[in-house]
Amino acid sequence: MRFSALALMALMGAVLLWGARDLPHRGDPNSPAATHESVSIYYIENAYLDTHTPNMVTAVLADYRGFDTFGEAVVVVTAALSCLLILRMRKPGGGAEGS
Amino acid sequence: MTANFLISGYPYFLITVLMVIGMYGMAMKRNLLKKIVGMTVFQTAIYLLYIQGATKIGATIPVRSAEIGTDAALYINPLPQVIVLTAIVVGVATTGVALSLLLLIQRRFGTLDETAILEELRDPA
Amino acid sequence: MTSRYDSLFLDTVAKAIVPLIQIFAFYVITHGHYSPGGGFQGGVMLAASIVLLRISIGAESFKRFPPNAAIVIAGVGALCFAMIGFLPLFSGGNFLEYGAAIPGMDPVTLRYWGIFFAELCIGFLVWGALVAIYDALVTGGEE
Repeated sequence: MRFSALALMALMGAVLLWGARDLPHRGDPNSPAATHESVSIYYIENAYLDTHTPNMVTAVLADYRGFDTFGEAVVVVTAALSCLLILRMRKPGGGAEGS
Repeated sequence: MTANFLISGYPYFLITVLMVIGMYGMAMKRNLLKKIVGMTVFQTAIYLLYIQGATKIGATIPVRSAEIGTDAALYINPLPQVIVLTAIVVGVATTGVALSLLLLIQRRFGTLDETAILEELRDPA
Repeated sequence: MTSRYDSLFLDTVAKAIVPLIQIFAFYVITHGHYSPGGGFQGGVMLAASIVLLRISIGAESFKRFPPNAAIVIAGVGALCFAMIGFLPLFSGGNFLEYGAAIPGMDPVTLRYWGIFFAELCIGFLVWGALVAIYDALVTGGEE
């Protein structure tokens, strides 16, 4: 690879690492994501009381955040449909046209 | 960089390496399929970035067991896992659509080389 | 993907192992409440079993599982998920609020079964979509 590409990638890596110095350490129990009480702590404490499911990830995915799951299901079906439609476009009279 | 960051922030080094590899593949390669592979590597680095922020020291998986109860400090954070689940499936769908577009480009231009395709588009021979 | 040469070993092992993969995938889907898993993971395993069939025994699998069936399964899964979400609207609840779907029943039980059926629909949805993407890429759109 060329030296300029290597230098550019090294610069990008250095900028990313310099920005990562403010992120929480690995396994930090006092990180802002873990101690926000209306989101993460609520889900852990009340998932079994509200839904009788021991698995908190499933309860969050299908019940508390069910709207995001619904949107993502629509995205997956749309992608599969568009794959089929893109590859089946034919000009009438034979031949594949790619526009 | 202080030694503290090297010891306790070691996931960020690995994630940065993956991100730089993915970005190199997306930006510097001329073959369109290699660009897609670079995009996939970059997406994997992003998933790792979200997942590694969910762990806590001394905590177990977020499946409620009767012995531990509901102490929030003993279960790892379930919310980033949900986000990454959705992101993985959407990434697969995006890769599928990108590959089918590549099939069409290959049929139309006969090549997957970016410079050849751009030349063909600028002055169609 | 059409097979270039017949390999008896591959044919036999693939045909023997695909039902086991599918049984384990349904186990993962239905035990989403009690162990890590759920709809997405089981759906991807189901799709992987069909892709294994396509890779190993080629043309014969297109008769057993036609390419048009995959996108129909995905569409039916999405429709059922939307219907599960619409059901609470008739009883005064919000969209996807399983607890208000049937007035008079315990909302905790309703949410439990709502999550179960939602995960089942998601499993079929992901299965159909991934097999449809694979079929479209491999056959290039032709039949």
